Amino acid sequence: MLRLEKRPQPSRFWVFATPVLAVVLTMVFGGLLFAALGQNPFETIRTIFLDPLFSEFAWFYRPQLLIKGAPLVLIAIGLSFGFRAGIWNIGAEGQYIVGAICGAAVGLAFYPSELFIIFPLMVIAGALGGCLWAMIPGVLRVRFGTNEILVSLMLVYVAEQLLASMALGALRNPDGMGFPGSRNLAQYPAATSWINQQIGMHWGVVTAFIAVILAYVALSRHIFGFNVRLAGQSPRAARFAGVNPSLLVLVCMGLSGGLAGLAGLFEIAGPAGQVSIDFNVGYGFTAIIVAFLGRLHPVGILLAGALMALTYIGGEIAQSNLGLPIAAIQILQGMLLFFLLAVDVLTNYRLSWGRQVA
Amino acid sequence: MTTPLLRLTGLTKAYPGVVANKDVSFDILPGEVHALLGENGAGKSTLVKTIYGLVKPDSGTMALHGAPFQPHDPHAARAAGIAMVFQHFSLFDAMNVAENIALGMEDPPKQAQIAAQVRAVSDQYGLPLDPDRVVGDLSAGERQRVEIIRCLLQDPKLLIMDEPTSVLTPQEVTILFETLRKLSAEGTAILYISHKLEEIRALCENATVLRLGAVVGTCDPRQTSARDMAELMVGSKLHVPEKADKPAGETVLSLQGLSAPAPHRFGTPLREITVDVRKGEVLGIGGVAGNGQDELVAALSGEMRTAAAMIRYKDQAIGQMPPNARRKAGLLAAPEERMGHAAAPDMSLTENAVLTAATRQGLTRRGFVQWGKARGFAEGVIKAFDVRTPGPQNAARSLSGGNLQKFVIGREIMQAPEVLIVNQPTWGVDASAAAAIRQALLDLAAKGAAVIVISQDLDELMEISDRFAALNEGRLSAPRPAKGLTVEEIGLMLGGAHDMEVAHVEA
Repeated sequence: MLRLEKRPQPSRFWVFATPVLAVVLTMVFGGLLFAALGQNPFETIRTIFLDPLFSEFAWFYRPQLLIKGAPLVLIAIGLSFGFRAGIWNIGAEGQYIVGAICGAAVGLAFYPSELFIIFPLMVIAGALGGCLWAMIPGVLRVRFGTNEILVSLMLVYVAEQLLASMALGALRNPDGMGFPGSRNLAQYPAATSWINQQIGMHWGVVTAFIAVILAYVALSRHIFGFNVRLAGQSPRAARFAGVNPSLLVLVCMGLSGGLAGLAGLFEIAGPAGQVSIDFNVGYGFTAIIVAFLGRLHPVGILLAGALMALTYIGGEIAQSNLGLPIAAIQILQGMLLFFLLAVDVLTNYRLSWGRQVA
Repeated sequence: MTTPLLRLTGLTKAYPGVVANKDVSFDILPGEVHALLGENGAGKSTLVKTIYGLVKPDSGTMALHGAPFQPHDPHAARAAGIAMVFQHFSLFDAMNVAENIALGMEDPPKQAQIAAQVRAVSDQYGLPLDPDRVVGDLSAGERQRVEIIRCLLQDPKLLIMDEPTSVLTPQEVTILFETLRKLSAEGTAILYISHKLEEIRALCENATVLRLGAVVGTCDPRQTSARDMAELMVGSKLHVPEKADKPAGETVLSLQGLSAPAPHRFGTPLREITVDVRKGEVLGIGGVAGNGQDELVAALSGEMRTAAAMIRYKDQAIGQMPPNARRKAGLLAAPEERMGHAAAPDMSLTENAVLTAATRQGLTRRGFVQWGKARGFAEGVIKAFDVRTPGPQNAARSLSGGNLQKFVIGREIMQAPEVLIVNQPTWGVDASAAAAIRQALLDLAAKGAAVIVISQDLDELMEISDRFAALNEGRLSAPRPAKGLTVEEIGLMLGGAHDMEVAHVEA
């Protein structure tokens, strides 16, 4: 009989091997799914996972990898602190939107000035916007004991309404002949986040890499990271160690909201360009998968963000070249998280054949 | 010679990486009270689980009344007449006594019938217990009686008891012992597992000593000194803590009407605790678990804040001070629950060292953890307190309870506290390690620190305390010099003894 036996120590090997195994399993079962849809499974898997990097049009897709990966990584890094501490900010999408709106509003307010200070001010506004939006569920939890999962999630829909009203109202382009949407920030040199559009490089990519490094240092070397890990693993021990649980909630919410807001600002001032009704595409939700796929570890998140970006781009290729429905791609991404969580058990348990012992 | 009730022959059981039982053979005679002795991890639990059908041995045989006995699960063991009272009770708080007992039965009769049986058995064995009371309202001793009566209703031939007295007051222990003696006189054999050697000497006729999974000796506890038994258990000379007589120093910690509401539904409020703790003394606080021990530790460690003036430390009102500021000032604490409170199970010992020692040992610089220094500190604790582990990189949960306890207590003592509060410092720790911990606490006091030891082990408190006080329902009795206190006086101080009735033994 197949049994699970608890390991005395978490396995070092499986900590690293489970994400790889999850990707392999996703490919296998994804292949079966595509076969069931009447596609050649090998060709589909190749299209999704390899074509963005190695096909003849890879020159077009590779910059996309940075563009799609950067916001995912940036948001996931912020979320990983809260998730490690047992603070569940599910509403990064809303913080992303609000950060984008605030940052864009600052940039648009200065139009058409070419002051050097405009972009830095936008960055600050974006971070603050996301941070304050995340503070709402944070403060409500600390003060009234509300559930931050529900509140942060519901605030996503509030943020979407806010975005629509901004695109149609206050931030609408006065020269846009009545069409919804703001001026294009990507074409406003003092306000754009682009560094080099040809290779997909913008300030969000830079910030994402910096965030990975800082998060790594904070988690492995700094007492703050230690307290975050401690609070997640043993809340009672954390209180005994002197961690203030309320403060930790606010800091983690603020941090994840701030980074999500930054991601939104960089996106709206670069790849997206303008405040529009359908500006957000779900990075805030996908980043939750990225955070877990990366084991809440900064380097893991970097790799997971790249992988998720790959499936996005590969999915688009498969959609246009093979006529695969978008839902199939979303199922594939869902599978990835599902398999990861499922094989995760191997980190703390070992499989063994044999009869019941204890 | 009589046929043994249960004969174990060459029982061996190995788990990955450890041999729990190695060729264990001994006999249990009908009606005898047989002690099973051994350090933590000596293989006592595995052995009794084997007898109770929870563990299958790799090799070896058991014979019950001379016939082969291979229980494949506890049902089979119970059917054969073997019953076990576990250290941790498996009772539902919201149900009454009779309902709880019915739950453990294969084919329970009507409630009224069970109630009548419970009354009959409780009367017969002097175990006062009302079948209609809700378990949630019972004391630990009364809960244990529920478990015992549940076993007795099966009319067992062999009753296994795992550390039964750890939760009892002296009076309750007396009641329990009378019951066990009566059972034994009626022919029920009892396999008695305990750390408390004096109890074993008072109760048992025969003892088997396990060390590292193997039988290392047998003795008649009535003829053997506790010290000799302890040395048999650990395989080396036992160091008995020595207490130096010294004059009391000045007051360093003063609780002035310390009161606090219960922190959660099952907590106990602290009520008007007033006591002065002096430099160089050990204040022992006794009491049955759940009378405010955890809350008192939390109030002193800073996990639970109180009005500032309720706690004065060196003329400073610290009731509102957070934990790390108290540590910096020299007030350290070690809570009872090791896993998840005093230590984080999934973190390494190095990380667990940082948990409380970061501030006082300077393990951080500008907020950055000095991992090298932390590792050095953890290694120091491991070495000084003989923590058995391959190294500080191992997760806390990989250590046995006793070893982790040594680490947790050692971590605080090595920080040279001026006041140390420990809750249950030697709970579940084997005799030699317990002696080492007690000695370390005494040494700390000898160096001028004030030590508050909260424990349910009265022998321990009598051994190391200068003054003794009892905690009962959140109130602390006035402390009295420990020297010369009798067991009866202590029992009265504890005040919480329920139903001080001893079995009516008909000789």
